[in-house]
Amino acid sequence: MTKRQWFAKGMKAGIPISLGYFAVAIALGIAARNAGITSLQAALTSLLINASAGEYVGFSLIAVGASYVEVTLMEAVANARYLLMSASLSQKLDENVKWWERLLLGFTVTDEIFGVSVSLVGRLSPYFTYGTFVVATMGWTGGTLVGALLGNILPARLLSALAVGLYGMFISVFIPEAKKNKIVAALVAISFAASYAFEKLPFIRDVSSGIRIIILTVIISLAAAILFPVDRADKPKEEKNDA
Amino acid sequence: MHNVFIYIACMAGVTYIIRVLPLTLIRKEIKNRTVRSFLYYVPYVTLAVMTFPSIISATQSPIAALIALLAAMALAYFGRGLFFVAVSACVIVFVIELFTNPPAAFAAMAISLI
Repeated sequence: MTKRQWFAKGMKAGIPISLGYFAVAIALGIAARNAGITSLQAALTSLLINASAGEYVGFSLIAVGASYVEVTLMEAVANARYLLMSASLSQKLDENVKWWERLLLGFTVTDEIFGVSVSLVGRLSPYFTYGTFVVATMGWTGGTLVGALLGNILPARLLSALAVGLYGMFISVFIPEAKKNKIVAALVAISFAASYAFEKLPFIRDVSSGIRIIILTVIISLAAAILFPVDRADKPKEEKNDA
Repeated sequence: MHNVFIYIACMAGVTYIIRVLPLTLIRKEIKNRTVRSFLYYVPYVTLAVMTFPSIISATQSPIAALIALLAAMALAYFGRGLFFVAVSACVIVFVIELFTNPPAAFAAMAISLI
Protein backbone atom coordinates (compact mmCIF):
# COMPACT_ATOMS: atom_id res chain seq x y z
CA MET A 1 0.00 0.00 0.00
CA THR A 2 1.16 3.55 -0.70
CA LYS A 3 1.42 6.22 1.99
CA ARG A 4 -1.71 7.83 0.60
CA GLN A 5 -3.68 4.58 0.82
CA TRP A 6 -2.51 4.03 4.42
CA PHE A 7 -3.57 7.58 5.28
CA ALA A 8 -7.04 7.02 3.77
CA LYS A 9 -7.43 3.71 5.62
CA GLY A 10 -6.43 5.47 8.84
CA MET A 11 -8.96 8.25 8.27
CA LYS A 12 -11.71 5.65 7.93
CA ALA A 13 -10.69 4.05 11.23
CA GLY A 14 -10.75 7.53 12.76
CA ILE A 15 -14.46 8.18 12.08
CA PRO A 16 -15.94 6.17 14.99
CA ILE A 17 -13.18 7.43 17.27
CA SER A 18 -13.95 11.00 16.27
CA LEU A 19 -17.66 10.57 17.08
CA GLY A 20 -16.88 9.06 20.48
CA TYR A 21 -14.32 11.79 21.17
CA PHE A 22 -16.83 14.48 20.27
CA ALA A 23 -19.23 13.22 22.95
CA VAL A 24 -16.61 12.83 25.65
CA ALA A 25 -14.95 16.15 24.83
CA ILE A 26 -18.22 18.03 25.38
CA ALA A 27 -18.02 17.07 29.06
CA LEU A 28 -14.41 18.22 29.03
CA GLY A 29 -15.38 21.57 27.51
CA ILE A 30 -17.94 22.08 30.28
CA ALA A 31 -15.21 21.34 32.87
CA ALA A 32 -12.91 23.86 31.17
CA ARG A 33 -15.52 26.58 31.30
CA ASN A 34 -16.16 25.88 34.96
CA ALA A 35 -12.40 26.29 35.54
CA GLY A 36 -12.59 29.79 34.08
CA ILE A 37 -10.86 29.00 30.78
CA THR A 38 -12.11 30.55 27.54
CA SER A 39 -13.57 28.26 24.89
CA LEU A 40 -10.67 28.93 22.50
CA GLN A 41 -8.09 28.13 25.19
CA ALA A 42 -10.00 24.91 25.95
CA ALA A 43 -9.97 23.95 22.26
CA LEU A 44 -6.23 24.72 22.04
CA THR A 45 -5.59 22.48 25.07
CA SER A 46 -7.46 19.62 23.41
CA LEU A 47 -5.64 20.10 20.11
CA LEU A 48 -2.23 19.99 21.81
CA ILE A 49 -2.81 17.39 24.52
CA ASN A 50 -5.48 14.92 23.34
CA ALA A 51 -5.85 13.18 26.69
CA SER A 52 -9.10 13.14 28.65
CA ALA A 53 -7.87 12.32 32.16
CA GLY A 54 -4.80 14.54 31.73
CA GLU A 55 -6.88 17.49 30.61
CA TYR A 56 -9.42 17.08 33.42
CA VAL A 57 -6.60 17.07 35.96
CA GLY A 58 -5.04 20.11 34.32
CA PHE A 59 -8.29 22.09 34.28
CA SER A 60 -9.06 21.32 37.91
CA LEU A 61 -5.57 22.45 38.98
CA ILE A 62 -5.76 25.61 36.87
CA ALA A 63 -9.11 26.37 38.53
CA VAL A 64 -7.44 26.49 41.97
CA GLY A 65 -4.41 28.45 40.72
CA ALA A 66 -1.84 25.67 41.21
CA SER A 67 1.81 26.34 40.33
CA TYR A 68 3.24 25.51 36.89
CA VAL A 69 5.43 22.82 38.47
CA GLU A 70 2.43 21.14 40.12
CA VAL A 71 0.46 21.15 36.89
CA THR A 72 3.44 19.71 34.97
CA LEU A 73 4.03 16.92 37.51
CA MET A 74 0.37 15.92 37.73
CA GLU A 75 0.15 15.91 33.96
CA ALA A 76 3.13 13.54 33.79
CA VAL A 77 1.48 11.21 36.31
CA ALA A 78 -1.91 11.25 34.59
CA ASN A 79 -0.38 10.51 31.18
CA ALA A 80 2.44 8.12 32.12
CA ARG A 81 0.60 5.17 30.55
CA TYR A 82 1.46 6.63 27.13
CA LEU A 83 5.07 5.71 27.90
CA LEU A 84 4.07 2.04 27.79
CA MET A 85 1.88 2.46 24.72
CA SER A 86 4.64 4.31 22.89
CA ALA A 87 7.15 1.55 23.75
CA SER A 88 4.67 -1.07 22.53
CA LEU A 89 4.08 0.90 19.31
CA SER A 90 7.85 1.14 18.67
CA GLN A 91 7.87 -2.63 18.14
CA LYS A 92 5.15 -2.36 15.49
CA LEU A 93 7.28 -0.07 13.30
CA ASP A 94 9.74 -1.00 10.62
CA GLU A 95 13.32 -0.09 11.63
CA ASN A 96 13.70 2.32 8.72
CA VAL A 97 10.79 4.57 9.72
CA LYS A 98 12.48 7.99 9.78
CA TRP A 99 13.14 10.02 12.92
CA TRP A 100 10.79 12.85 11.94
CA GLU A 101 8.06 10.33 11.19
CA ARG A 102 8.55 9.03 14.74
CA LEU A 103 8.40 12.56 16.17
CA LEU A 104 5.04 13.07 14.43
CA LEU A 105 3.78 9.63 15.46
CA GLY A 106 4.54 10.41 19.11
CA PHE A 107 2.07 13.28 19.00
CA THR A 108 -0.76 10.91 18.04
CA VAL A 109 -0.54 8.37 20.90
CA THR A 110 -3.94 8.26 22.65
CA ASP A 111 -5.76 5.25 24.13
CA GLU A 112 -8.05 4.76 21.14
CA ILE A 113 -5.67 5.69 18.32
CA PHE A 114 -3.06 3.41 19.87
CA GLY A 115 -5.76 0.71 20.10
CA VAL A 116 -6.60 0.71 16.39
CA SER A 117 -2.90 1.07 15.42
CA VAL A 118 -1.69 -1.99 17.36
CA SER A 119 -4.63 -4.10 16.23
CA LEU A 120 -3.50 -3.90 12.56
CA VAL A 121 -2.00 -7.11 11.24
CA GLY A 122 1.75 -6.87 10.53
CA ARG A 123 3.90 -3.72 10.50
CA LEU A 124 2.33 -0.33 11.18
CA SER A 125 2.70 2.45 8.62
CA PRO A 126 2.85 5.77 10.53
CA TYR A 127 0.65 7.23 7.79
CA PHE A 128 -2.24 5.04 8.94
CA THR A 129 -1.99 6.57 12.42
CA TYR A 130 -1.63 10.11 11.01
CA GLY A 131 -4.89 9.59 9.10
CA THR A 132 -6.67 8.33 12.20
CA PHE A 133 -5.33 11.22 14.25
CA VAL A 134 -6.41 13.95 11.81
CA VAL A 135 -10.02 12.75 11.83
CA ALA A 136 -10.10 11.89 15.56
CA THR A 137 -8.67 15.20 16.74
CA MET A 138 -11.36 17.11 14.85
CA GLY A 139 -13.94 15.36 17.04
CA TRP A 140 -11.88 15.90 20.18
CA THR A 141 -11.08 19.57 19.61
CA GLY A 142 -14.51 20.32 18.13
CA GLY A 143 -16.28 18.61 21.01
CA THR A 144 -14.27 20.58 23.56
CA LEU A 145 -15.16 23.82 21.80
CA VAL A 146 -18.86 22.93 21.58
CA GLY A 147 -18.90 21.83 25.23
CA ALA A 148 -17.27 25.05 26.39
CA LEU A 149 -19.66 27.16 24.29
CA LEU A 150 -23.01 25.42 24.82
CA GLY A 151 -22.49 22.18 26.79
CA ASN A 152 -25.26 22.79 29.27
CA ILE A 153 -28.07 22.83 26.70
CA LEU A 154 -27.37 19.36 25.20
CA PRO A 155 -29.60 16.55 26.56
CA ALA A 156 -27.88 14.35 29.16
CA ARG A 157 -29.52 11.30 27.59
CA LEU A 158 -27.61 11.80 24.36
CA LEU A 159 -24.27 12.37 26.09
CA SER A 160 -24.81 9.25 28.19
CA ALA A 161 -25.31 7.05 25.12
CA LEU A 162 -22.37 8.54 23.21
CA ALA A 163 -19.99 8.18 26.16
CA VAL A 164 -20.17 4.40 25.97
CA GLY A 165 -18.86 4.39 22.39
CA LEU A 166 -15.25 4.75 23.49
CA TYR A 167 -15.51 1.59 25.55
CA GLY A 168 -17.01 -0.18 22.53
CA MET A 169 -13.77 0.63 20.71
CA PHE A 170 -11.57 -0.73 23.50
CA ILE A 171 -13.67 -3.91 23.54
CA SER A 172 -13.32 -4.42 19.79
CA VAL A 173 -9.52 -4.32 20.17
CA PHE A 174 -9.02 -6.82 23.00
CA ILE A 175 -11.85 -9.30 22.31
CA PRO A 176 -10.67 -10.50 18.85
CA GLU A 177 -7.20 -11.16 20.31
CA ALA A 178 -8.74 -12.92 23.32
CA LYS A 179 -10.64 -15.16 20.92
CA LYS A 180 -7.38 -16.18 19.20
CA ASN A 181 -5.29 -16.53 22.36
CA LYS A 182 -6.59 -18.08 25.59
CA ILE A 183 -3.89 -16.39 27.68
CA VAL A 184 -5.12 -12.97 26.53
CA ALA A 185 -8.69 -14.06 27.31
CA ALA A 186 -7.67 -14.96 30.85
CA LEU A 187 -5.76 -11.66 31.18
CA VAL A 188 -8.86 -9.70 30.17
CA ALA A 189 -10.88 -11.43 32.90
CA ILE A 190 -8.11 -10.84 35.45
CA SER A 191 -7.82 -7.20 34.39
CA PHE A 192 -11.56 -6.63 34.84
CA ALA A 193 -11.53 -8.18 38.31
CA ALA A 194 -8.35 -6.45 39.47
CA SER A 195 -9.45 -3.07 38.14
CA TYR A 196 -12.78 -3.45 39.94
CA ALA A 197 -10.98 -4.40 43.16
CA PHE A 198 -8.64 -1.39 42.85
CA GLU A 199 -11.63 0.93 42.56
CA LYS A 200 -13.21 -0.45 45.73
CA LEU A 201 -10.31 -1.26 48.09
CA PRO A 202 -9.57 1.29 50.80
CA PHE A 203 -6.41 3.42 50.26
CA ILE A 204 -5.88 2.11 46.72
CA ARG A 205 -9.13 3.71 45.54
CA ASP A 206 -7.76 7.11 46.64
CA VAL A 207 -4.85 6.81 44.20
CA SER A 208 -5.52 8.67 40.92
CA SER A 209 -7.06 6.53 38.16
CA GLY A 210 -4.05 7.20 35.90
CA ILE A 211 -1.68 5.64 38.43
CA ARG A 212 -4.02 2.71 39.07
CA ILE A 213 -4.06 1.95 35.33
CA ILE A 214 -0.25 1.95 35.19
CA ILE A 215 0.19 -0.25 38.28
CA LEU A 216 -2.32 -2.84 37.04
CA THR A 217 -0.98 -2.82 33.48
CA VAL A 218 2.62 -3.34 34.61
CA ILE A 219 1.86 -6.06 37.19
CA ILE A 220 -0.50 -8.12 35.02
CA SER A 221 1.51 -7.78 31.78
CA LEU A 222 4.81 -8.53 33.53
CA ALA A 223 3.41 -11.61 35.26
CA ALA A 224 2.03 -12.85 31.95
CA ALA A 225 5.34 -12.14 30.17
CA ILE A 226 7.28 -14.20 32.74
CA LEU A 227 4.77 -17.06 32.93
CA PHE A 228 3.75 -17.18 29.25
CA PRO A 229 6.48 -15.63 27.10
CA VAL A 230 5.76 -15.17 23.39
CA ASP A 231 8.31 -15.89 20.66
CA ARG A 232 7.18 -13.40 18.08
CA ALA A 233 5.36 -10.17 18.82
CA ASP A 234 2.08 -11.35 17.34
CA LYS A 235 2.32 -15.06 18.04
CA PRO A 236 2.13 -16.74 21.45
CA LYS A 237 4.69 -19.51 22.00
CA GLU A 238 2.17 -22.13 22.99
CA GLU A 239 -1.06 -21.92 21.05
CA LYS A 240 -2.68 -24.40 23.38
CA ASN A 241 -1.75 -25.42 26.89
CA ASP A 242 -4.49 -27.95 27.28
CA ALA A 243 -5.38 -30.48 24.56
CA MET B 1 -1.61 35.66 38.56
CA HIS B 2 -0.89 32.65 36.36
CA ASN B 3 -1.07 32.74 32.59
CA VAL B 4 -3.35 30.08 31.05
CA PHE B 5 -1.14 29.79 27.97
CA ILE B 6 1.89 28.91 30.11
CA TYR B 7 -0.22 26.25 31.86
CA ILE B 8 -1.20 24.81 28.46
CA ALA B 9 2.44 24.88 27.29
CA CYS B 10 3.59 22.99 30.42
CA MET B 11 0.87 20.35 29.99
CA ALA B 12 1.48 19.94 26.26
CA GLY B 13 5.27 19.79 26.66
CA VAL B 14 5.39 17.11 29.32
CA THR B 15 2.70 15.01 27.61
CA TYR B 16 4.56 15.13 24.28
CA ILE B 17 7.86 14.09 25.88
CA ILE B 18 6.17 11.07 27.49
CA ARG B 19 4.61 10.04 24.19
CA VAL B 20 7.61 10.53 21.95
CA LEU B 21 10.57 9.23 24.00
CA PRO B 22 10.02 5.46 23.67
CA LEU B 23 9.14 5.77 19.97
CA THR B 24 12.35 7.64 19.17
CA LEU B 25 14.71 5.90 21.62
CA ILE B 26 13.66 2.32 20.83
CA ARG B 27 14.74 2.07 17.20
CA LYS B 28 15.49 -1.65 16.99
CA GLU B 29 13.47 -4.73 17.56
CA ILE B 30 13.83 -5.71 21.22
CA LYS B 31 15.56 -9.11 21.52
CA ASN B 32 14.80 -9.84 25.19
CA ARG B 33 11.93 -12.31 25.23
CA THR B 34 10.39 -11.14 28.51
CA VAL B 35 10.38 -7.49 27.43
CA ARG B 36 8.90 -8.41 24.05
CA SER B 37 6.22 -10.49 25.71
CA PHE B 38 5.50 -7.69 28.17
CA LEU B 39 4.99 -5.22 25.33
CA TYR B 40 2.78 -7.71 23.48
CA TYR B 41 0.46 -8.05 26.49
CA VAL B 42 0.41 -4.32 27.45
CA PRO B 43 -2.24 -3.07 24.99
CA TYR B 44 -4.82 -5.75 25.80
CA VAL B 45 -4.33 -5.50 29.54
CA THR B 46 -4.39 -1.70 29.65
CA LEU B 47 -7.52 -1.43 27.47
CA ALA B 48 -9.29 -4.08 29.58
CA VAL B 49 -8.30 -2.28 32.79
CA MET B 50 -9.65 1.00 31.40
CA THR B 51 -12.93 -0.58 30.26
CA PHE B 52 -14.14 -2.14 33.49
CA PRO B 53 -15.52 -0.90 35.82
CA SER B 54 -15.29 2.64 34.34
CA ILE B 55 -17.94 1.84 31.71
CA ILE B 56 -20.52 1.40 34.46
CA SER B 57 -20.18 4.97 35.69
CA ALA B 58 -20.02 6.44 32.15
CA THR B 59 -23.79 6.29 31.60
CA GLN B 60 -26.80 7.50 33.57
CA SER B 61 -28.01 3.91 34.12
CA PRO B 62 -25.38 1.36 35.26
CA ILE B 63 -27.60 -1.52 34.05
CA ALA B 64 -27.67 -0.08 30.54
CA ALA B 65 -23.86 0.14 30.56
CA LEU B 66 -23.52 -3.44 31.78
CA ILE B 67 -25.81 -4.74 29.02
CA ALA B 68 -23.93 -2.66 26.45
CA LEU B 69 -20.63 -4.11 27.72
CA LEU B 70 -21.84 -7.72 27.38
CA ALA B 71 -23.43 -7.07 23.98
CA ALA B 72 -20.29 -5.34 22.67
CA MET B 73 -18.12 -8.24 23.84
CA ALA B 74 -20.44 -10.74 22.12
CA LEU B 75 -20.51 -8.73 18.87
CA ALA B 76 -16.71 -8.37 18.84
CA TYR B 77 -16.35 -12.09 19.55
CA PHE B 78 -18.52 -12.94 16.54
CA GLY B 79 -16.32 -10.84 14.27
CA ARG B 80 -18.09 -7.47 14.06
CA GLY B 81 -15.80 -4.50 13.37
CA LEU B 82 -14.87 -1.53 15.53
CA PHE B 83 -17.46 0.89 14.14
CA PHE B 84 -20.37 -1.57 14.41
CA VAL B 85 -19.45 -2.54 17.97
CA ALA B 86 -19.06 1.08 19.14
CA VAL B 87 -22.31 2.29 17.55
CA SER B 88 -24.25 -0.75 18.84
CA ALA B 89 -23.09 -0.01 22.38
CA CYS B 90 -24.33 3.58 22.04
CA VAL B 91 -27.71 2.54 20.60
CA ILE B 92 -28.23 -0.09 23.33
CA VAL B 93 -27.61 2.46 26.09
CA PHE B 94 -29.87 5.02 24.42
CA VAL B 95 -32.76 2.58 23.98
CA ILE B 96 -32.50 1.05 27.46
CA GLU B 97 -32.35 4.45 29.12
CA LEU B 98 -35.34 5.52 27.06
CA PHE B 99 -37.40 2.67 28.51
CA THR B 100 -36.09 2.61 32.07
CA ASN B 101 -36.13 6.38 32.44
CA PRO B 102 -38.46 7.77 29.76
CA PRO B 103 -38.66 11.53 29.15
CA ALA B 104 -41.77 13.17 30.59
CA ALA B 105 -43.47 13.74 27.22
CA PHE B 106 -42.88 10.14 26.17
CA ALA B 107 -44.29 8.81 29.45
CA ALA B 108 -47.35 11.06 29.19
CA MET B 109 -48.00 9.80 25.67
CA ALA B 110 -47.70 6.16 26.78
CA ILE B 111 -50.13 6.76 29.64
CA SER B 112 -52.66 8.51 27.38
CA LEU B 113 -52.56 5.53 24.98
CA ILE B 114 -53.44 3.17 27.80
